[in-house]
Amino acid sequence: MSTQLLYAFAGVALCGIGLFGFIRLDHLLRKLLAFNLMGSGVFLVMVGLAQRGGEPDPVPQALVLTGIVVAIAATALAVVLIRRYYHLSGRTTLAAPGPERKSTTKPAADREGAEV
Amino acid sequence: MIRVLGVVTMVVACVVFAGFLGLAVWQISGAPAPVNLPGLLAENLEASGVEHPVTAVLLNFRSYDTLLEIGVLVIAGIAGISMARTTSLEDPDLRTSDSLLYALQRWFVPLMLLLAGYLLWAGSDRPGGAFQAGAVLAASGVMMRLGGIPMDFLRPGMLLRLGLALGFTVFLLVAVASALAGEAFLAYPEGFAKPLILAIETVLTFSIAMVLLALFVSAPVNRAQEPEEGERG
Amino acid sequence: MIEWLLDGLLVLALLITAVAVLASRNLFRAVVMFIAFGLLMALAWVRLQAPDIALAEAAIGAGLSGVLLLDAARHLGYNRGGPPK
Repeated sequence: MSTQLLYAFAGVALCGIGLFGFIRLDHLLRKLLAFNLMGSGVFLVMVGLAQRGGEPDPVPQALVLTGIVVAIAATALAVVLIRRYYHLSGRTTLAAPGPERKSTTKPAADREGAEV
Repeated sequence: MIRVLGVVTMVVACVVFAGFLGLAVWQISGAPAPVNLPGLLAENLEASGVEHPVTAVLLNFRSYDTLLEIGVLVIAGIAGISMARTTSLEDPDLRTSDSLLYALQRWFVPLMLLLAGYLLWAGSDRPGGAFQAGAVLAASGVMMRLGGIPMDFLRPGMLLRLGLALGFTVFLLVAVASALAGEAFLAYPEGFAKPLILAIETVLTFSIAMVLLALFVSAPVNRAQEPEEGERG
Repeated sequence: MIEWLLDGLLVLALLITAVAVLASRNLFRAVVMFIAFGLLMALAWVRLQAPDIALAEAAIGAGLSGVLLLDAARHLGYNRGGPPK
């Protein structure tokens, strides 16, 4: 068991933590953060597992580099979608508002721009 | 009670998932790798045209992945821009009166542009390359945007479209050209590998920076009136 | 031995920051912890002998992603998304 393998196991733990957060958290931005944590975990597993022998392996490094750029583009697109959804509906969660969730909705006249 | 049960089930499920993943990682780590990739790479590095192995992999040995990746970025950029609803890029909301930000901008933006150029150039024989340079370029654009500097190339128009499409188009043209010339798709001709790789990296940097900057700019939704489809905002 | 200590501490810091991202009451704090997580990941990439990824993670994960998410968090409201009940 080398230190690189320790990072691979850390990636596994990050995947588990991210998955738990992704399923349990309601706020859309928090789901996005949890999803990014899962992505980082996957990258750690890829590089840590491939380099367990100790010498650097450029192929998974190149793939992870590509993955990071694609992940930021997807995150940015998700942020655009979330803000648009909030602008149109006033909600930051996907669940229908029930009696106990009143605090997460905003009246239509009071949306994004007014609180700046 | 049901709620606590739900949370506990979810915790157990995630722990089991992580456990199975960890077991798989442990099993894989026990067996030796079937192919010695670093050795293969070291043998073929001179044939690739660059000296840094990661750049060689990204832009020569696995250039198909990079081509598809820039395609995905362009699609994400198109999707994000189509939802942009800013009245004008000279929105008074965006201007800042923070003198510290102004001072920082004046010093940092030229330095960041220089750094992006260096990272792009250094990618051929040391860590660096198109992605890092594109990210630093996008970051300098974001800094200018936060300071309220109007950037005309971000208006919907010819310049924006050109910037977004340039990287993918040039890369695809090079790939198809080598296919038409009789070699494999994406195979660089002999001796032309290094200049082609540098040219492709340059346009890739530019495109990546444009996509990320356009996505950042289209995120805010103003209280402005929504323009109709096709109407200039 | 020193390597194990360094890597072990870094892994521990990564996991703690990740849990802190998800468990913060305040959305602003969650995003700030995410930026810190990105910087620690950049350190992890350096330890894994991947300087290209470290450069990209520092610029993208901590820089661009951080600004984007901070901007979004401000507009969505800091205190409306609490951790799971």
